[in-house]
Amino acid sequence: MKASGFPYVIPMLLLSVAFFATPLAVLIGFSFIGPEGVGFHNYARFLGDAFNYRVLINTAKLGLQTIVSTTLLGVPIALLYWHSGKTARQVIIFLTLIPMLTSNVVRTFAWIVILGRQGPISETFVALGLAERPFTLMSTELGLVMAMCQIDLPLIILPLIAILSRIPVTYTEAAQVSGAGPWRILVTVLLPMMLPGLLAGWILVFASTSASFVTQAVIGGARNIYVPQLIYREVGTLFDWPMASAIAVVLLLSTGILLVAMTMISRHRRLVGHA
Amino acid sequence: MSHIQNSIEGKQLSVKRLTHSYGGQNAISDISFDIAAGEIVALLGPSGCGKSTVLRAIAGLIQPKAGRIVLGDDDLAGVSARARGIGMVFQNYALFPHLTVAENIAYPLACQQVPREERRGRVEEMLSLVRLGGYGNRLPRELSGGQQQRVAVARAIAGRPSLLLLDEPFGALDRALRFDLQVELLHLQKTLGITTLIVTHDQEEAQSVANRLVLMNKGNVEQIDTPMAVYDKPNTLFVNTFIGQTNVLAGTVAQLEPEATLVTLSGGGSLTLPRRLNFTVGSDVAVTFRPEEVRLAAQPGENTLAVSVTVSLPLGPTLVHDLVFEDGTNLRASEVRGPSTTIPQTGSRLFAEIDVSRAHVFPAQPEVSQ
Repeated sequence: MKASGFPYVIPMLLLSVAFFATPLAVLIGFSFIGPEGVGFHNYARFLGDAFNYRVLINTAKLGLQTIVSTTLLGVPIALLYWHSGKTARQVIIFLTLIPMLTSNVVRTFAWIVILGRQGPISETFVALGLAERPFTLMSTELGLVMAMCQIDLPLIILPLIAILSRIPVTYTEAAQVSGAGPWRILVTVLLPMMLPGLLAGWILVFASTSASFVTQAVIGGARNIYVPQLIYREVGTLFDWPMASAIAVVLLLSTGILLVAMTMISRHRRLVGHA
Repeated sequence: MSHIQNSIEGKQLSVKRLTHSYGGQNAISDISFDIAAGEIVALLGPSGCGKSTVLRAIAGLIQPKAGRIVLGDDDLAGVSARARGIGMVFQNYALFPHLTVAENIAYPLACQQVPREERRGRVEEMLSLVRLGGYGNRLPRELSGGQQQRVAVARAIAGRPSLLLLDEPFGALDRALRFDLQVELLHLQKTLGITTLIVTHDQEEAQSVANRLVLMNKGNVEQIDTPMAVYDKPNTLFVNTFIGQTNVLAGTVAQLEPEATLVTLSGGGSLTLPRRLNFTVGSDVAVTFRPEEVRLAAQPGENTLAVSVTVSLPLGPTLVHDLVFEDGTNLRASEVRGPSTTIPQTGSRLFAEIDVSRAHVFPAQPEVSQ
């Protein structure tokens, strides 16, 4: 406790101040500047518009939909990992990491092919007689959620795997001997014990989804507008940087509030300790 | 899936020719033993002897390759772990960390769909039974190791199982606490009359808790007997050396008389045992005797061995002598200390008189004839 580690942090601290804290402060400062002078005008204008409101809500909805779908897919994969032997575990980790190792642009363009009118999904549905005509999932929220889910899946699987590897199998055995069936074990033992990992994953997925401009723009198209596109419009088309800053701060705050809320949940006395 | 009715009284357990292997290697082979209803039996053996495998097979956590497990009148072969109506205390208790003490104890009751009101009453009853009244709202990590162990026992018996399994239940506790909890467990077991099987590698624990011991070594049962019989009349050299302290000397059967057997020791000297042994002349044997069956004498006599004293330690009421036999074999003797007992000098040459009527002779094993 005597020898302080502070000197070793100085390089990182300087970098952070110069390239993260300062630009962020500038951004926040910018958001208060407008033609009417300094104040909350930009915020008032942004939040006063019903359309912007809807975009904000849609962005949150997109995040939540991605959270739900990644959870539904990620939990079974993490449990499979938990039950697997050494080799199978390595394969699962590798397959999980692939989306993270691919460029965002490549991933997004791959999804254009998959979701398109001549893509495998459409063709399969037509071939099975589930759809009358070829259809496209491009520019739909469903298509966007599917792509987002694949891209963000590692963000939920990795924290889950980390937490599961610290849970001994004896907990499920104890539940089994107590008379619990598989579903009861999942709901009353495994999921509660995995909750700290889920919360961490949910924060990552939400933050990633709500800010993934490229995927939103390319797959969501012009029909599905989310907050990052609004910012882009202000910056690139309307050249209203103070307005863009204000929107960015709103996005930052709304994600931040969610983050704080989830962190507070994970501080619950039942979750601390084994997390 | 057949569901076994939960009853309050313990049931008889019989394990018949249980065999299981991991990756082609037999972990246990032909394990058979019975536990009478209400009896408490310890499965005792060194780590890796397969005793946990037996326990897990009884609990239904693994499917044995062969053999039968019968609880009461039911063959458990087709019964899943959740339907066996068995209570189990795990080695590290496996208390659910996100549930309170009361919720942990109520867990098997919830699985049995016991109505909420009755569940609450039963949890209170269990808490007072393990002397943890008022601790219901604590989380497991807010309890001491001994308290956690008691919660684990309470959870195991809350569902009124007909059989209680305990896997090294005192292993994580310090010595002083261990004894108290053993007494407490015994009391609880007597009160409930529940058939109990306890797995342990600690012979003292097994002897203090169990009516009978099932001694296991390398996947086989070596002996099933009361703690006293296991100590006094071990069936095998393993049992003899595993239970309590013992001296082992290598020798050869030299002469067989109708009422006596002469064994010459490979380290020099000989012992005459006052009974005819079931060996042929010339067989290599191991002669064993307990430290308390050795008496130190100044003069040679019948059945004495010349030894020198390495060290003599007064351990409370007993005096323990570490001795070296002529060939370098270490021997240990112990005697009850009296007011006139003198401690022999280190290095002094004395004679160890062996109580041959209580000595045992086993076929020599490669690892014994050092």
